[in-house]
Amino acid sequence: MNPETTIQLAIVVPLVGALLIWMSRSYFKQRETVTLVTASLLFILVVSLLPVVMEGAKPAVVLWELLPGLAFAFQVEPLGMLFALVASFLWIATSVYSMGYMRRHHERHQTRFYVYFAVALSSTMGIAFAGNMFTLFVFYEVLTIITYPLVTHTGTTQARRAGRVYLSLLLGTSFLFLLFAIIWTWLLAGTLDFQAGGVLRDTASPTVIGILFALYVFGIGKAAIMPFHRWLPAAMVAPTPVSALLHAVAVVKAGVFSVLKVSVYLFGVDLLAELGSSEWIAYVAAATIIIASLVAMTKDNLKLRLAYSTISQLSYVVLGAMLANPWGVLGGGLHIAMHAFGKITLFFCAGAILVATHKTKISEMRGLGRTMPFTMGAFFIGSLSIIGLPPMGGLWSKWYLALGTLEAGQVGLLVVLLISSLLNVAYLLPIPIRAFFSAPDKAEPVKGISEAPMTCVGPLLVTAAGCLVLFVYPEPLYRLMSLIVSNGR
Amino acid sequence: MTAHLLILQVIIPLVSAPVCLLLRGDRAAWAFTLTVSWAVLANALLLLNTVLAAGSLSYAIGAWAGPFGIEYRVDTASAFVVLIVASVGAVVLPFAYKSVRHEIPAERIGLFYTCFLLCLTGLLGIVVTGDAFNLFVFLEISSLSSYTLISLGRDRRALTAAFQYLVMGTIGATFILVGVGLMYMMTGTLNMADLAERLSPVADTRTVRAAFAFLTVGVSLKLALFPLHLWLPNAYTYAPSAVSAFLAATATKVAVYVLLRFFFTVFGVEFSFEAMPVGQILSMLAVVAMLVASTVALFQDDIKRMLAYSSVAQVGYIILGISLASVTGLTAGIIHLFNHALMKGALFLAMGCLFLRLGSVHIQDLQGIARRMPWTMAAFLLGGLSLIGVPLTTGFVSKWYLVQAALEDNRWVVAVLILFSSLLAVAYVWRVVEIAYFRPARRVSLRVAEAPAVMLVPTWVLIGANFYFGIDTSLTSALARRAAETFLGIGT
Repeated sequence: MNPETTIQLAIVVPLVGALLIWMSRSYFKQRETVTLVTASLLFILVVSLLPVVMEGAKPAVVLWELLPGLAFAFQVEPLGMLFALVASFLWIATSVYSMGYMRRHHERHQTRFYVYFAVALSSTMGIAFAGNMFTLFVFYEVLTIITYPLVTHTGTTQARRAGRVYLSLLLGTSFLFLLFAIIWTWLLAGTLDFQAGGVLRDTASPTVIGILFALYVFGIGKAAIMPFHRWLPAAMVAPTPVSALLHAVAVVKAGVFSVLKVSVYLFGVDLLAELGSSEWIAYVAAATIIIASLVAMTKDNLKLRLAYSTISQLSYVVLGAMLANPWGVLGGGLHIAMHAFGKITLFFCAGAILVATHKTKISEMRGLGRTMPFTMGAFFIGSLSIIGLPPMGGLWSKWYLALGTLEAGQVGLLVVLLISSLLNVAYLLPIPIRAFFSAPDKAEPVKGISEAPMTCVGPLLVTAAGCLVLFVYPEPLYRLMSLIVSNGR
Repeated sequence: MTAHLLILQVIIPLVSAPVCLLLRGDRAAWAFTLTVSWAVLANALLLLNTVLAAGSLSYAIGAWAGPFGIEYRVDTASAFVVLIVASVGAVVLPFAYKSVRHEIPAERIGLFYTCFLLCLTGLLGIVVTGDAFNLFVFLEISSLSSYTLISLGRDRRALTAAFQYLVMGTIGATFILVGVGLMYMMTGTLNMADLAERLSPVADTRTVRAAFAFLTVGVSLKLALFPLHLWLPNAYTYAPSAVSAFLAATATKVAVYVLLRFFFTVFGVEFSFEAMPVGQILSMLAVVAMLVASTVALFQDDIKRMLAYSSVAQVGYIILGISLASVTGLTAGIIHLFNHALMKGALFLAMGCLFLRLGSVHIQDLQGIARRMPWTMAAFLLGGLSLIGVPLTTGFVSKWYLVQAALEDNRWVVAVLILFSSLLAVAYVWRVVEIAYFRPARRVSLRVAEAPAVMLVPTWVLIGANFYFGIDTSLTSALARRAAETFLGIGT
């Protein structure tokens, strides 16, 4: 099978999966099997593209023109490859996890859940493999719309309100800023193709380029840069698998991925560095990192704390792009993968605690390590990875981001990264420490180990192990990312 | 055969109308009208095909050569609008059978279909004629029949709505007539092509300018340009469902076509947009229409009325594109004619489905209705997405062209306002979606069943078209661009 077909299949397979899931709506085991098979198939497809990309090729396919001159086009380059790999692998883990979670938590409308989930993955693949900004935008919007029913899954008043925030912020930023910027780019450059080195050089004055770039960064609301971050905490009303895969990996990473992609392939890192257009946005990202971490400390609801942590960590990637040098891009790209594994582990743990004990508040989780040692152990590992301590993968991305700040001569931003790590320690580590070392409430006698179902615990152990593996063996990802840095200029 | 396509386009429905009145029984009248409307559509497709090959077609009525006889003339733009009108008619009629039986007393159903055919005749006639006075005649045929159609609505307020429309519409028609009369005074001709030639030597006279002003205001009334839209919300709200869908998708579009014809063919782009300040005035009014009407739509509790205000806003988009008088702007306006017909047609048909089962489209009666009528509400939701302009729908195509046109013209603020008003559309569409999907169903609506297939299929045909023409725009954008270039006298 040639790579061109594989690219198209990667988008079609989840859609077909969604259809099959809907057709097997009366048989829940069949429905879950279909989900799992689809997820595995997708991962195999994505992996089969890896060798080609590693050799430096960029397989591309151009479909029909949606508007004159604006084709539906796909191209696999290293950054998209990385994103697709992470998202499709973690979909397998999430599919297993969903089975246990959704059943044990007695969620309703499970068919709808699995169907939209599959469609969301299809649009994620579309974003990852988009060959031009137009295609990316189409899938970006589809992803917003298709995740709305997942966010509002429970149908409660709270979910409806959250859905409103979700939709208005994501559609609002993407219509007002992003679409505007895209059409403007189209008029300036006459093309929206992603090209190494960018397409905007010598098309407009530095001021215009600066405004345009800001429109892009803030227009990509999925990157949750402040002040357009409110949708992410709101989306936490969704079932935990949604928060785990979509709002820690697929959707939010689609945002920061788009920011990276725009910086590298539309503007070009060199152009940004020359013009300094991205410098002030780097400070906004830095502010987001610190403020979101501080807010996270005040949240007692575990999922909310994790959500604010995500906002903070997403800005690491944005910061990496804004540094406009190879180390920054490398670190930002790696952080997409590293944070994905760490954060999905933490969300899986939050969900496992919820189904096993019905606890959502951190203050109630004292001594939980005695009944749920595996879950809390994984939580510890995930936390270390987010903080960026060895022996976890999170170390590498922070390392390269730090190098990037030095290369850019921004010592202040390096300090921000270090302070942020300390803040991460402060809001994440107390949770596993209290779980293991504090005495549980007297009202709840410890009755030995009672974990969440195996289908919940298994995936979170796998992703936690992933954090470790990425520390020992980050080399393939590094090689993938260094392809961009060497090609991108 | 092809030589007569042009006249057949009008003659078929015109001759059928009195025949329909003679038929006994509502089923026969419906079946007859349905056949006629499909014949009209087939004719429209043939016509478009011929025009695309030949460039433009001309037909002398009774073989009296123009400019003394009445000439019918069709180019890409008119063939495109004919196609819009004919296809909406052909889609609405299968839907009409059950809807009309539900909403209109049996003894008036024959009358209904007769008026429907007359209205179709009028709308088609306006588009194909090349004669300014003949245009007025067809305008009156379509208007009078639509007053009747609206007044057939079940609600008694339909009568006042129709009367209101009658008054406003007549004022508009009178303005048009005065405009045509003044032009005749100056040139001694009514043939549009002839007028175009003879007006330019006398263009710098007060009479011609007055004629232009009268025509602009009169047509703006018919196309419901803000602030001359006051007749529209009531008319669309209280008309029978099938009529709302048909008129919303066609009547204002045809009026826009008339505006285009007068601006670009008769007066010429130099006179209309350089000698007269109509570009600035129209774009200002269009922007206000987009914002004000969308905001007003947010506060409507009757969903048909909400859609009606949304139509006023969407007319704003169309007029905005036209007022830029650039190729991209005109393309945007013309493509949105088509796209808006698709989305509003679909949405009003969905309203018809709801009305059939609930007897109301008040927002409170729609609580939790998505569980009882999933297909209808899904159609509403998808049509709403198209109205908002989400990618892969026709609405997105229109929006893209329109913003591009505004930016090409360096109108940054206008571009931002276009995008902002599409966010207002999110707000008013989602208000309904939340009520229908999240609220628990009311006890009265628990027994409600899904709308019958004969009504759902036409609705979904239009929804499908919204997505088809949003994904493959090669046909629509090529047609719109060609029409725009013809109007501006660029290319062939």
